[in-house]
Amino acid sequence: MLDVTIHITDRDGATHEVQAPTDMAMNLMEVVKGFELAPEGTIGICGGMAMCASCQCYVESDHQLPEQTEDELAMLADALFVKSNSRLGCQIVISKELEGLAVTLAPEE
Amino acid sequence: MIQTDILIIGAGPTGLFAVFEAGLLKLRCHLIDALVQPGGQCTEIYPKKPIYDIPGFPEILAGDLVDNLMEQCKQFEPGFTLGERAETIEKQADGSFVVTTNKGTVHRAKVIAIAGGLGSFEPRKPLIDRIGFFESKGVSYAIKDPEFYRNKNVVIAGGGDSALDWSIFLATIASKVTLIHRRNEFRGALDSVEKVQRLKKDGLINLITPAEVVELEGSDRLEAVLVKQEANEPLRLIADAFIPLFGLTPKLGPIADWGLEIEKNAIKVNNTLDYQTNIPGVFAIGDVNTYPGKMKLILCGFHEATLMCQSAYKIIHPNKKSIFKYTTVSGVDGFDGTRKEAPKSVVKSID
Repeated sequence: MLDVTIHITDRDGATHEVQAPTDMAMNLMEVVKGFELAPEGTIGICGGMAMCASCQCYVESDHQLPEQTEDELAMLADALFVKSNSRLGCQIVISKELEGLAVTLAPEE
Repeated sequence: MIQTDILIIGAGPTGLFAVFEAGLLKLRCHLIDALVQPGGQCTEIYPKKPIYDIPGFPEILAGDLVDNLMEQCKQFEPGFTLGERAETIEKQADGSFVVTTNKGTVHRAKVIAIAGGLGSFEPRKPLIDRIGFFESKGVSYAIKDPEFYRNKNVVIAGGGDSALDWSIFLATIASKVTLIHRRNEFRGALDSVEKVQRLKKDGLINLITPAEVVELEGSDRLEAVLVKQEANEPLRLIADAFIPLFGLTPKLGPIADWGLEIEKNAIKVNNTLDYQTNIPGVFAIGDVNTYPGKMKLILCGFHEATLMCQSAYKIIHPNKKSIFKYTTVSGVDGFDGTRKEAPKSVVKSID
């Protein structure tokens, strides 16, 4: 088992350093949910289908992330609070390349 | 006034299956849903996506699952109040409840089953200064009466099917239609995208992409919108109407004010015996509820609906005993007079 360290700033501005497993096909939304860094019902509402923007986050570090799918791009075109570094957490699968990733959760819509 | 045995709020898979289970106990159901079609998320958000964990279905499209559930419960003649949101609940002296929708439709039942999923789907409202002020003064999030836009300057924002379809529809009614989208790509039926392309060529739709409406102008009502473009200078467009169509987002909504215990944005139920809430006679089933060990799965919603119906029966018929029967043994008698039953085995001797 291999964990990576991820820095997640929650919606209240507090930064958490969490160890996320790379061998469970987990995505960033599930990590946030798992560590309860956002209240249940305010994140991952659609279950990870890129069909809501409740897991939107801003990528603050310079990591090479999985490419955005057409679904993610379309969702972010409709979402609120979108910035140039916005991503949907559910579309970012945790891998060893993400060691040291820093993200900030976008406000609740 | 609509009278029924169990009033179900939310016509998603859990609510629809509750109709079937209630029907087996000879209880009638009526469903309220804010969306205009039954099926909840399954039809609104992901009708063409497959689900792999419905027991007995190795793979089924969400839309097909809803079609099947509608077929399965149809002989129990459920009533529907669609396109309306359950707004208020009042307990009556006889123990029944009166639920009124935002459009004033009144329903009365002894048992309420909230199968509201994530809540009611409301339009996503863009964060533009004073947009609230302009609501019903030129800004709207849905098109109710297309005629209203005749000979008007209409600005539509969004990149999905509804933005495309309404742009096409209004192109021949409004004096000018401008479609604004944050991207150059549209997510919609190919046919609609091509139609918009054609209308743009013919000068019937003014297409601005990638761009965004960032300001609204007007003293008493909307007069113009300011459009920020990626490549060009900001643009001021004369507009009588601005219609942002950015999809729907679920909100628990008025149910949150019904005096129910809310935890984790869901309705707390006292037990896993019947999923009754802190208000006796009001149940919460499916994704809308929470209890220790809760899993938000359609299959769990089916189970919860089934147990709920048992307790509902006791409330509706306090002096009767419900007898549990297998459908394979006793068949299914519909309220519409139909009967389904296992074929009798043929007894014939062989000479």
